[in-house]
Parts: sequence; C-alpha cells; structure tokens
Amino acid sequence: MLTEKYPEEIRTILAKYPSDQKRSAVMPLLYLAQREQGYVTKQSMSEIAEILGISSTDVASIVGFYTLYYDEAGGKYHLQVCTDLPCALRGADEFLENLCQNLGIRVGETTPDGLVTVEAVMCLAGCDKAPMFQVQSGDGLTYHENQTVESAMNLVKSWRKEEGRA
Amino acid sequence: MSKLVTLTIDGLQVSVPAGTLLVNAAKKIGIDIPVFCYHPKMEPVGMCRMCLVDIGRPVIDRATGQPVLEADGSPKIQFGPKLETACTTPVSEGMVVVGMSDKVKAGREDILEFLLTSHPLDCPICDKGGECPLQNLTMDFGPGESRYLYDEKKHLAKRVPLGELIFLDRERCIQCGRCVRFQDEIADDPVIGFYQRGRSLEIVTFSEPGFDSYFSGNTSDICPVGALTTADFRFGARPWELNASASVCSQCPVGCNLTFNIRREAKAGGDWVIKRVMPRQNEEVNEIWICDKGRFAYHFTESAERLTQPLVRKGGELVPTSWEEALKVVADHFRQAGEGLLTLASGRLSNEDLFNLHELTTKLGGKTALYTDQAGGDLVAQVGVGQGTNFSDMGPETAIFVVASDLLEEAPIWWLRVKQAAERGAQLIVANPRPTKLERYAKHTIRYPYGSEAATVLAMVNALSAKRPNLPEAVQNLLRSPELQAAAKAFAEAENAVILFGGEGTGLETSQALSQACANLLITTGHVGKQNNGLIGVWQRANDQGAWDIGFRPLPGLKDAMRAAKALYVIAADPAGDDPAQAETGDFMVVQELFLTATAKLADVVLPVQAYTEREGTFTSGERRVQRYYPAVPQRPGSKADFSVTAQIAKLLDQDLEARAVSKVMQRIAASVPDYAGISYQKLAEVTEQWPIIGRQDLYYGGTGYENGQGLGVQLIPAAQRGETVPISWPQLSNVSVPENSLLAVPVTRLYDHGKTVMPSKLLHQRI
Amino acid sequence: MNKYLLLRNRELPTINRLEVYRQHGGFQAFHKVVTSMQPDEVIEVVKASGLRGRGGAGFPTGLKWAFVDKKSWPHYVVANADESEPGTFKDREIMEGNPYQFLEGVAIAAYAVQATAAYVYLRGEFWQIASQLDQNIAALELAGLLGDNLFGTGYNLRIYTHLGAGAYICGEETALLESLEGKLGQPRLRPPFPPSYGLYGKPTVVNNVETLANVPLILDRGAEWYRTYGTEKSPGVKIFSLSGKVNRPGNYELPLGTTFRELIFEHGGGIPNRNKIKAIMPAGASSSLIVATDQALDTPMDYESVPSVGAQLGSASIIVIDDSVNIPWLINKTIHFFKHESCGKCTPCREGTYWMMHLTDRIADGKATQNDVELLHDVASQIKGKCLCALGEFSIEAVLSGIDRFKDDFDLQTGGQQSVVQSEESAQTP
Ligand SMILES: Cc1cc2nc3c(=O)[nH]c(=O)nc-3n(C[C@H](O)[C@H](O)[C@H](O)COP(=O)(O)O)c2cc1C
Ligand code: SF4
Ligand code: FES
Repeated sequence: MLTEKYPEEIRTILAKYPSDQKRSAVMPLLYLAQREQGYVTKQSMSEIAEILGISSTDVASIVGFYTLYYDEAGGKYHLQVCTDLPCALRGADEFLENLCQNLGIRVGETTPDGLVTVEAVMCLAGCDKAPMFQVQSGDGLTYHENQTVESAMNLVKSWRKEEGRA
Repeated sequence: MSKLVTLTIDGLQVSVPAGTLLVNAAKKIGIDIPVFCYHPKMEPVGMCRMCLVDIGRPVIDRATGQPVLEADGSPKIQFGPKLETACTTPVSEGMVVVGMSDKVKAGREDILEFLLTSHPLDCPICDKGGECPLQNLTMDFGPGESRYLYDEKKHLAKRVPLGELIFLDRERCIQCGRCVRFQDEIADDPVIGFYQRGRSLEIVTFSEPGFDSYFSGNTSDICPVGALTTADFRFGARPWELNASASVCSQCPVGCNLTFNIRREAKAGGDWVIKRVMPRQNEEVNEIWICDKGRFAYHFTESAERLTQPLVRKGGELVPTSWEEALKVVADHFRQAGEGLLTLASGRLSNEDLFNLHELTTKLGGKTALYTDQAGGDLVAQVGVGQGTNFSDMGPETAIFVVASDLLEEAPIWWLRVKQAAERGAQLIVANPRPTKLERYAKHTIRYPYGSEAATVLAMVNALSAKRPNLPEAVQNLLRSPELQAAAKAFAEAENAVILFGGEGTGLETSQALSQACANLLITTGHVGKQNNGLIGVWQRANDQGAWDIGFRPLPGLKDAMRAAKALYVIAADPAGDDPAQAETGDFMVVQELFLTATAKLADVVLPVQAYTEREGTFTSGERRVQRYYPAVPQRPGSKADFSVTAQIAKLLDQDLEARAVSKVMQRIAASVPDYAGISYQKLAEVTEQWPIIGRQDLYYGGTGYENGQGLGVQLIPAAQRGETVPISWPQLSNVSVPENSLLAVPVTRLYDHGKTVMPSKLLHQRI
Repeated sequence: MNKYLLLRNRELPTINRLEVYRQHGGFQAFHKVVTSMQPDEVIEVVKASGLRGRGGAGFPTGLKWAFVDKKSWPHYVVANADESEPGTFKDREIMEGNPYQFLEGVAIAAYAVQATAAYVYLRGEFWQIASQLDQNIAALELAGLLGDNLFGTGYNLRIYTHLGAGAYICGEETALLESLEGKLGQPRLRPPFPPSYGLYGKPTVVNNVETLANVPLILDRGAEWYRTYGTEKSPGVKIFSLSGKVNRPGNYELPLGTTFRELIFEHGGGIPNRNKIKAIMPAGASSSLIVATDQALDTPMDYESVPSVGAQLGSASIIVIDDSVNIPWLINKTIHFFKHESCGKCTPCREGTYWMMHLTDRIADGKATQNDVELLHDVASQIKGKCLCALGEFSIEAVLSGIDRFKDDFDLQTGGQQSVVQSEESAQTP
C-alpha cells in the first residue's frame, strides 16, 4: 500500500499542485509506485486512481503512453543505450552490439540472473559523449557517458557484486 | 441568440450564429463534410484530419481596418497555405470555404489511404459493412488501390471483450477516440481509454469491472467503423438485410424513442425477428442515446415461454381452451360480480388498453386499481412540467430538484440529461437518504432519514415562506440545516424549476405526502404552468403516468380488496410473483399476461396477449409526452392485444368498446379525457426537422442512430398551464421519528431488476 | 568582459552554488525587478532586447509575455526543459552548470506576468537534474529569494519541478501542458495558445530553458547591451549543440550569426579522419539536410539566414554528416525516431511515420527499388501540411530533402533500376 508506505512523499507530491488539480500528481506517483517492483502493478494503478479520484483506466493510459513506466517486470537494472542518429554517428550501434554479445543476450532481453535488461532508446541529450547509456532502476536514473564496453561491463560486475552473485 | 455570421461554402451563402463550427454550418445548407473523430454531441478534437477544407478569409487593410477589394469591387480573399479542419474552425465573417476542390479531394484521399494502411479491409465479414462511414467514404473519396504492402500490415486481436456487452476489434479501430470521449464527456464513466501511443495506440480498459457502463451500447452506434460491436448483435446480421420499425422503450418512464431492426430468419421458421434495438432521435426525450437496458432487454418478445392459448381451470387444473369459451367464462363471472369486480392493471399497458379496462370496469360499477405503491400522478397532471419542457434547454436559469430517486438506476437517460444541464450551469439539488452518483454534479446535496422525504421538502417550503404546517421532530433539525436553506433559496430564485420525485423508501402513504409537498414547493415558488417548470414522477413503469391520466389510482389496502373481490381482473401485473404475501385470488381471478406468472398459475382463467412489439399503442412518459409505438414483428398466433381482449369481454356484456383499431380507442380517449383532447394518431406521428441532422446518408456525422420519421409525440398541457389555479393542500405527515443511524431495510431500484420483460434477456442475466 | 553569458560554469565551475552565483551579481536583476519595476516595464525591456525563443520556433519572447491575458487569473510560467530533440543537449548543461541563472530567469518571467507559481517540466531522463534543481529551489527559499512576500513587496512565488517520463512530444508546449495536467502528452488544438489558455486553462507562458537563462542578464545590463551580440533580427548569443562527425562535439556558446564553417571547423575542430563534410542538419532530427557546399558553410547561423539554404535554425542542434554516411541509412534513423515518438493523435503522423518506417527499412536494407523511393517521397508529401502539430511535419523534413538533394545515395541503394517485384507485390495487395 503506497499510502501506508510513503505518506510523506505522497503529501509533498500533492502539495506541488493546486488542490483542485490533483490529477497532475499522477506521474510522480507512478514513479513512486515503480520504486517497489521496478514496474507498476495493477494494484498500485487502482490505488493511485483512488488517491487522485480518477479511474484506473486513466492511470493505466499514462503508464502506456510514457516509455519510462513499465507494466511488467524486467531486469533490476534497465541499461538503455542511446542509438539515435547523433550517437549512432559515433558508433553507438556497434557499442550496443558488443555489449549484448558480452552479456550473452539480445537487445530487449534480460540477463538470466534477472539483473540487467538491455534496451536501445532514443536520444538522451548526451550526443557529444557517445557511446552513452542511462540506467533506470528502483533508486532512480543515472547517466553513463563516454562509455566503452569494458566500462559498461565493469558497471554490471559491480551490480553483480552487490547482489552477491559475483 | 448570438449574432449571425455570413460566409460562403462551395458557392452557397449561409448565415449562422457566431461560434458555429464550419462542419455544422455546411450541414445546415446540405453540404456534407466528411468526418471521423468529430461528433455533433461532443467537443471537437481535430484528430482524424478527414474534414480538411480550403479556407479563404477576407484580406483586411492594416491601416484602415477595411477589407481590401479586388478590381471588380469584391473583397480580396486570401487562402491559407494549408488545408484546415472544418470540425474545429469556427465560422468568421466573409469566410470563403471550398469543400470540393481537387486539393481538398486529394487531401481526403490521402487521409483515407493512411487510415486504410492499417485497416484489415475485412468488410465482407464486418457487422458495420453497409453502414460503415469508413467504407462509404472510401467509396466516395478513397484511393482505388492500396500502395501499402499487405504483408506489412499490423495484425491485432479481433475479439477483445471490453466488458460483457461490448467487443473490440483492434484491427478495425481507427483511433478516432469517439468511444473514449463518449464515456468521458457524456457518460462520465471513463472506464475505457487509450494505451500506448503512435501506431500502437489501442483502446483498453483497466477498470474493474471492465467496460460495464449503463450507456455502453451507444459507443457502437458512434464508432465510425466495425471496431465496437455489441455481444448481442455481433455477427447477428448484415445491416442491409434489416428493416426498421419505430417504437418507444417500455422499460422506464423516460420513453426513449427506438427503432427495432428486424429480419426474417430460418431458425424462426421464416418469421420476422428483432435483431437489434437502436436509438431513434428525439432531441426532447433521448436525443440520440438509449441506455443498455432499453437496448438489450427486448428478448422477452421471442421467449418460448410466451402463452399462446387461453387457459381455464377445470378440476383444479389450468387447461387450454378456445378464446370463445374463455371469454364467455370471464364475461359471465364479471356480470355476476358487478360492482364486486376489481381490475388491477399496471403501467406496462398502453393508454388504449387502460382506457378500455377503465371503461369496462366502471360501467359494471366495479373498482379499478393501479399496480404501484407510488402516488402523485394526479398532481403531475395538474402541476406537471409545462408543454415544451426540454432538459436540453435548461441552464443556469433553471433549478432541477431530484428527491427520493436514484435517477441513474431508475431512468438513466434522465440522469444523463440532468447531468448535462447541471454541467451547463443548472442549479441541481439532490435529496436522498443515501449517496447517489448524481450528487457529483449537484450544487446542493441534502441527506434525510428514510421516511422523512415529504417533511424534507416541506422544510424547504418553510425555509421560504411563513406558513408552517407543524413538522415532526425528526426533521426540525433538517429545517435548520444551512444546506437545505441554501437549496430552498436557490430553488425559489431560479427562473425555472422542475422537481423529479421518485419512490425510494416510500410507500403509498409517504409517497402521497411527498408528491403533495413537491407540488406545494412548486406552487409557492411560482414554478408551475410554464415550460421547463413543474413536477415529474420517476415512475416504476413506462406508462404509469398514462394510467393516472386515464383514471387509474393505486388502492390503499390492495390485499384486502383483492381478497374481497367477487371477480379479480389482473392485467400486466404479478402481485403473487413480486410478493407471495400478496397472493390473493378473490372468488374468481382472470389474469391477462405474456407469461404464466406466479399469479397466472393461481388464476381461474388466463388470457394470452401480444407483446407491445407486436402491436400498436401509445405510452405517456414521465414528462407527459404521449408517444406512439408501432408493430415491429408479427403477433404470436393465439394471442390478442390487451385492449381488444377487454373490448371483446365488454361486447359479451353488451358494452360497446373499440376492439379493432387502436387509433379509434385514442379517439375515444381524446373525447373523454380532457388533457388528451385533440390528440390523434396522425398528430402523434408528426415530425419537424431536428438538430443535429442524423441518420441520413452521412452516417459518419451522427452515427448509426435513426432519424425520426414516425413521430415526436405530443407533450400534454397540465392544468396549471391551462390557467386553472391549483389549490395547495398540505399533506398529512405520518409522524415519522427515525432514530440516528438506525438500520432499516429499504428496497432500492437497480437498473437491471427482475422485471418480466428483462429476465428473458440472457445478456442481462449476469447483471441482475 | 567574460567569454560566456550562459555557460558561465565553463569559467566558473562553482557558479552552481548560490553564494557564488550571488557574488557574481546573481539575483540582483530579480531584486531590482520586483522592488523597483512594473511588470509591464519588465516586458518592455525584454521586447526591446529582441530576445527570441531558443526552443525552436524563435518567437519573440517579450511579445509572448505581453500576450498573456490579463482578464483571466491565475497566470502560470512553465519552463520547457524537455530537451528531447536528437542532437540537442544545451539546456541540460545550463541546468547542471548554471542552474541559478536559469531559475532567476524563471522568477523574472513569473514576475513579469504576475504568476505566483512556476513549473519546470523536465524530461524524465533528467531525473538527477530535477533532484538537484529541487535543492537549488530549496536554497532559494531559504535565502528568501523565493516564497512569500518577497523583499517585503507582497509578491509571492513558488517554483516546482515536474518530471516527464519519456515522450519527445511533451516538448511541444501544449502536449507538455496536457502532460503536466496528468493526461496523455498529446497536443491541443491551437488556437487558443497558452498565453490565453494554458496550464489548467489559465494564461501561461511557456519558455525554453535557454531563453529564460538570457533574461537575468538582459534585465541586469539592459536591452542595448544585449543587442551588441548577434545580428539585427537575431540578437544575442546562442548555444549550438554540435554533434555527429566532428572532432570536438559539444556545446558552443556563440553569437547568433556565426557561420557553420566557424562552428564546425574552428570550434569543432573539423571532420575526423580527413573525411569530407557532406551535409548538415542544423535543427536536429527535425531538420532538413543542407548540402554542405561552401556557400552553405559560409551561411550565418541565425533565424533569417538558415532558410536561404533550405532549412531552419530551430534549436540549433548542429548534426554534422560526412561522406562516410549513407543518407538512406540516416533517414531510416530519423524515421524510426519519429515513428517511436508520434503521439498517435492525428492520422497522417500516426499512420504516415509507420508507413515510412517500413519503406526506409526496406531501402536501408537494400531490398527496395526506385518505386519504393518514389512512394516514400509521395507518402512524405502526403503528410505535409495535414498534421495536428509540428512533429508530423518535422518527420518529413529529412526525408524529402534527403531524396531531393542526395538522389545518388538512393540510386546506389536501390541499384537504380525499376523493379518487377514491386508491381507483383502491389498486385497481391487487396
Ligand atoms: C515536436 C516538438 C518538440 C519540441 N520540443 C521542445 C523541447 O524539447 N524544448 C523546448 O524548449 N521547446 C520544444 N518545442 C517548442 C515548444 O513547442 C515551444 O515552442 C517552446 O518551448 C517555446 O519556448 P521559447 O519561445 O522560449 O522557444 C518543441 C516543439 C515541437 C513541435
Ligand atoms: S503530428 Fe504526430 S505528434 Fe503531432 S498530434 Fe499528430 S500524431 Fe501527435
Ligand atoms: S479532424 Fe475534423 S473530423 Fe476528425
């Protein structure tokens, strides 16, 4: 239950918007909900609908429209490589390919240990520091720029350590 | 009326109110501009881009502010670089619109080609085929062949149940958003929405239960393709095989205008059967909508349980017999009974049936009784809504007061229209013992304890005027409630005011008091005798008001009267079924019915009658609009129309009642019931052009609902509007004292009740 | 006089600390404005400076503020920090490196239109920037530079951040407002425009981050001073995001009117491995392709001049293309982007980008024929001028200019011949 787990956060989020415009809080609340399982459960959708006085379908539509929300479980870390034009001009496609080979998965797949899902995404406003990627996980979103396959693999190793799987 | 703007569309001049959208201005002069996402009942969104036209505007000289003139003195017109959407562009003075240039035609072809790239083109098996806007417009403006590679088409689910009543075909959907906007803007039940984006956009529901909304069927009418189909009609028939037959809904007092779509079917032995029910436009009653009960509850007609032979009791058993014998037995008993005859009938019957029943009974000196526990129909005839009353005209200057009723459950289309009036600014006041959805739109909400509804309304009268009929203690504090006083003030100050009173939690006595209190409130505030003013009864049955007008009244102590009756004549009512404790047969009981009901099983004679879908007749709606319905399908062999059965009994009793032409019965009604003077079947069949214009060639505009060619009906004039002064009589308050938070079981009406005419619809079973 | 007006962090890395920013004149302008100027006076100064929107459209900022409807209240200011145009990464550096100058710009804009609440709408990927901005805002409230009764004048102002969640279309101002209202990020019908009907239906100013970052300096040093930068019609400095086939990609703050040549070859250090420059996309993926002739390279980068070589300056995200790049491959990239970002609201963009994706896929794979290229050109032309918002219109810029201006690449890709297969394929289509 979000309301029990994050009463403080919810209050601060709602405080950002006029009291008669609660609906504005749907996106921040979805981020909150995603902290838990890394994706938005139907349960938390209806809970958010409850909080905001809108229908579960209204909430779901938001999840469906925006790419940073997930409606199903993925890896603990979403490693999202930008392969858009500017990055591609600086070797992003090759980088992604090699990275996937090293991880032994294809783009869009999750490593067998369920730790990393590798995705190709559109421009992340890091074009001058390609190859680059962002990592989305429960505790937020971080940028990693001027990357090499080594540096990326080291990052993955560090996660595996954390998981005590190394 | 805002000021008029004059413009030219395809060479034709037209003057329309400022703010009119181009697409509607064109429609007014018979020019159809193709649309998909636009619908005249909803806000424009300009999504589909089908309505692109070439728009020119007069060039204005910056310095002088005057229009620049051509050599020939005509104003210089400047056309924009792009085509513009006619559905979102309001008219402006001097505008010149070209809807048929090659540029525009090319634009339409382009948009259609885009839509078709992701359309399955499965017209041959599509329910919409034949009445499909996409199909029709492709014929008119579309590309001849597809340049899109067939094997690159997106393949999607073709049978997605959004709920129990509506199915979605994802391949056919063109993302116009009409259904989503209908549920959001009109039904205010946003349980369907868009998921994903771009080409992946799809209609979904994440609500629990899914797409389960009292108005869901309408989305299949306004869907411009075959994406939304009803579980009922899905793969049921091809539109071009269907004949259309006009009717009126028999499920509630709103009286929505309907069209029955029928065709002959082998499995019905080549007989005509009803395939679907569609709305028929009547802007003063149901506009172009109907509720799902009205749409799906027609199956009783085809039910195999229908009675097809008269039955008489012999040796304790009900056995089939001939009409002659049955009618003779009945007539004999009625003659003997004389004033011991009690005729119990319900508002399920037509005015004509009720009239003959009333004549027969009173001529014999017997008693009539209306099968209901809601009173006040006589008051409605006096202070009912004035002729010309129309919810669509109600706005800030009107107060609408709904008491003791859950409109959404009892009269869904009234709920819809009252809500829309409130959204236009009408002062909505809702008073009910428990919360109802209508309260969302109310400016004032009053909560009162069960039993004190009349007192609550009187408290409002007292809040306004000095007269103080002594109120029971239970509501003295109500009187003090500022919410109630504010509501009373708003009601009194409004230029117009109507009251809808229902039967929630009331019995005959309390409902009598309630209706009187309501009449008092209307009279004391001067809200009677004018259009958009007066009293409306939210009755249990479609024609309860007609029954009151004809002279039927509920009978206090009905059970005893039934027991005492020498002969009991029960028509379209099932007291034993509704409440076994009411199982009374008198010395001799005749039941006139569609089915062998619990009451019929106890009868001495059972007379099988035609369903209203098999015959002609009229109902009088809660707004006192008399409306005609027509035969849709042939009568069940062996059955007769109620009015005719009654007339034939009368004949055997040497009475002269009309047994053949129901229209002649209406002539007699007109002659003997003052309020109905001047009413005739011809008059009821008259139509005038309605706006928006729907149901013609351009199905893409209004949807597949039907244009009304068979009659808009006639709204009766209440006594007050005829200039008669209606005296105030203060109701007797049964001295209620309801302790705080006491538990009491109160029957509340749900839309899908166990009504005789609902049960046979399997589709609705899940929801009963 | 300093080299930088906006990217002051380049010279002064600690300017992202409030006290440092204030030591260097920070918030003097805001103080002056609130304590000694009428809102309309502020608008006049911005008008006089000739500042134009840096978000792409280049609309005069002062004029936009003046359009705000004074009959309807409250008013809002929304900073557009969605920065999602491929090749654009300037707003990000401003917010990371010089956040207080941006926030002061927001505050001044808010005062100018008498808004008491302002929102910064950031793309969801700017999660870290948003949390840092939240700290900056907290610091400002602590310092009494935001909050109630500012400088004892009775003027109140609060600034809030709001994160998007991955949708390029939310950079379009009306889609952004829908998104901020908690709805799908789909553009609204225009008119009405935000200054009359914006956030929650109230008059709203939407400005790009860079636009707003200019404002404090303009009010501090005056319109005249500002006009000493840039050109007559395009005054001031601009941050050019340089990317693609150059040796030194990155942000370059230069006066408007600087030539492509200077940016690419002097500042950007030219093209790698002695390749030849082939084309330029001056406005990111939304740009048409400029053939990199000498004349083009010597064109000044300002709002008036760039159209003369068949493109728009837009957000000034200069993507450099050299002769190692195959144009069909390139438009396949841009089309994949637009197909992925189309909101789906209007037909031409929703269906057209999807169709173009199939065509460019085939062309890029070398499986296509001349007919496919012609069809692609047709489809793009069919989209032109019919969309509800500019995204759909952007999507065809590279396609049409690519096919028209780099025909050889396409001929090569399709082997130049007409195909029989095509007609068979179309024969089997229903
Ligand atoms: C598809 C599309 C994407 C846009 N993306 C952005 C963006 O990321 N950032 C931005 O400031 N403006 C963007 N714009 C422009 C905005 O709509 C708007 O014109 C701008 O924010 C106004 O601010 P300005 O006048 O300061 O430039 C975009 C426009 C379109 C049509
Ligand atoms: S052009 Fe594209 S992004 Fe813009 S409204 Fe249409 S579909 Fe949406
Ligand atoms: S855009 Fe006008 S009807 Fe759809």
